[in-house]
Amino acid sequence: MTMEEADLSAPRQPARVAFYNDPFWRSLAYQVLTAAILAGLLVWMWLNTLENLKRANLASGFGFLQSRAGFDLAQTLIPYSSDSSYFRALEVGLLNTLAVAALGIVTTTILGLLVGVGRLSSNWLIRKLATVYVEGFRNIPLLVIIFFWYKGVLNALPNVRESIVMPFGMILNNRGFYFPAPLFGEGSIFILAALVAGIVAAVIWSRRAKAQQMATGSRPPVFWVNVALVLGLPVLVFLVLGAPLTFDPPVAGKFNISGGSFIGPEFMSLYLALSFYTAAFIAEIVRAGIRGVPKGQTEAAYALGIQPGRTMRLVILPQALRIIIPPMTSQYLNLTKNSSLAVAIGYADLVAVGGTILNQTGRAIEVVAIWLAIYVSISLATSLFMNWFNRKMALVER
Amino acid sequence: MKKTLLTAAVVAAAAGFAATAASADTLDNVKQKGFVQCGVNGAGLQGFASQDSAGNWSGLDIDLCKAVAAAVFGDATKVKYTPLSAKDRFPALQSGEIDLLARNTTWTISRDTQLGFNFRAVNYYDGQGFMAKKSLGVKSALELSGAAICVQTGTTTELNLADYFKSNKMEYKPVVFEKQEEVDAAYDAGRCDAYTTDQSGLYAIRTHLKQPDEHVILPEIISKEPLGPAVRQGDDKWFDIVSYAHYAMVTAEEFGITQANVDEMLKSDNPDIKRFLGEEAESTIGKDLGVDNKWAYNIVKAVGNYGESFERNVGEGSPLKIARGLNALWSKGGLQYAPPIR
Repeated sequence: MTMEEADLSAPRQPARVAFYNDPFWRSLAYQVLTAAILAGLLVWMWLNTLENLKRANLASGFGFLQSRAGFDLAQTLIPYSSDSSYFRALEVGLLNTLAVAALGIVTTTILGLLVGVGRLSSNWLIRKLATVYVEGFRNIPLLVIIFFWYKGVLNALPNVRESIVMPFGMILNNRGFYFPAPLFGEGSIFILAALVAGIVAAVIWSRRAKAQQMATGSRPPVFWVNVALVLGLPVLVFLVLGAPLTFDPPVAGKFNISGGSFIGPEFMSLYLALSFYTAAFIAEIVRAGIRGVPKGQTEAAYALGIQPGRTMRLVILPQALRIIIPPMTSQYLNLTKNSSLAVAIGYADLVAVGGTILNQTGRAIEVVAIWLAIYVSISLATSLFMNWFNRKMALVER
Repeated sequence: MKKTLLTAAVVAAAAGFAATAASADTLDNVKQKGFVQCGVNGAGLQGFASQDSAGNWSGLDIDLCKAVAAAVFGDATKVKYTPLSAKDRFPALQSGEIDLLARNTTWTISRDTQLGFNFRAVNYYDGQGFMAKKSLGVKSALELSGAAICVQTGTTTELNLADYFKSNKMEYKPVVFEKQEEVDAAYDAGRCDAYTTDQSGLYAIRTHLKQPDEHVILPEIISKEPLGPAVRQGDDKWFDIVSYAHYAMVTAEEFGITQANVDEMLKSDNPDIKRFLGEEAESTIGKDLGVDNKWAYNIVKAVGNYGESFERNVGEGSPLKIARGLNALWSKGGLQYAPPIR
């Protein structure tokens, strides 16, 4: 013991120990060895795969992606037919995955926030309902929830011939929800431009208003000016252009509804299941985040005379977000990855489409590699964004 | 810690890759382990491969598996079944998990070449058809334009469907599932107007819908679907055994040898029958094939001839009541034709 203390106090003398006992060289040697073994393992796996493919008389390579797919897909966000390539089919699958993930993330965040705050409510009924929600959805496997919604949608809604007709030409049946597709006429690009200009102007106006409030103490009107900028400007342009918008309403055909746009029951049930399931976890994260802010903060805010609503918005939530955001990222990633359960109900997501391609071409290794690469990319992109957001939201410690 | 992780990784990798080394000589492998591992329809396709309440398998594909076991071991019970979905079946055969795939699988050139399989014997000549609800009033598949159609993914059916509608300039909405049970349930729930798969499959599926009488199988056959057993390429010996297991059943039907009379037939004076049943003194047919000389006798004794198997599983003796049609012997206007066993 005394020896070590003496060593610590003395200046470091590297030559005193043999190099194989020196922590620096030792850890370097271990790291090099680990890296070499890992690299060797990867090379061996690669060669082994090639060898096995050759022995099994299997073709390999990614060239097949350019071939004609030959199968059809039900719900596509981009034009696709059986004449499109496998690559195009994968694009359709990827977009479907992204669509359900993006919408799911938005919905689940709102729902989770509501339930999480509900669990802290002083109202007994709301608090208990929120608890039941969390404990219910958290403890049921996601696949069961997906099936619950899917069978629920299929069994609860009437068949095509007894469709529920709703206002504005909307139709609901067990094949999906049909609504008129907007067809934008000439000059619509100006409406979009007006919308973008309106948003930019609104942001600038808000900043100026804040600066003025800081400087003079009086705050110019922001809300109504912004509404006028964001909504009013595009509407004005739309009217000036002579309302270049028509609708393609859905029409009942012999078997199906034709025309219009539609959302299939597969998408609906997957979207609802993912949102409801993940919201249970997010609710707990939100609750933990709010609970994580010391009570003294609330009391201090009240003592300063800040109203309860503003206390939540300006004092508690910014601090809670610091705790909430990192675990929230995991939940977003989970939701995205869980969307691959779509395969069970036939929603054409990346895994379902990839599976079909795998089976039609037999390129198991290639398709699995594509899956891995895409999911890793989506997850890393989400992580990067959330980390950026986290840094932005984190309070600067003083 | 680093070391522990590394060791774990090496062990995991080694374990993962040990399994992929499929033996090139399937026959030796099968003899060594003492049973044939047969990939069959996991969803239970009545008539081809389905389980009763006691867990016993039966069907046309099952009979083929049993015939192979009877040829190799002289004992039709030495089979283990691996239930497979349409999507899992090819990797299972490629990886060596199963010895042969008898899962109502269509023989196509790309499966022969790209996937690295071999097909030869066809134990059921099928074709793709459509089933629709009677209440729709559809009389022909050509009236299905605009319909939502249920189909199982990863099948030739899915591709034929796309081609058929395209060539007839019709529109449709595919409703696609990976598992046959899911397709059945979706069709029964009214998610789609029509169901398409091999016509034999439609007959089988119709029997377990909620109201079988409410559904009609449309007359069109839109494709050729020769269904037969597949094995891995590059193992000709095993390929021969599997193919001739089927041909032996067909030959037995030609000769009029049945499960019931096969013992009597052993005493037959007909040289063809004697040779077939391994009673010819100097014959080495079985030995050359790599199995016992009594292989054909064992097959017929175990599962009967092809006609018996057909009638029992999909024909008049079954709930499906499918006519022999294309699957009659060549001498009776069908396509079942076996090369001479000599």
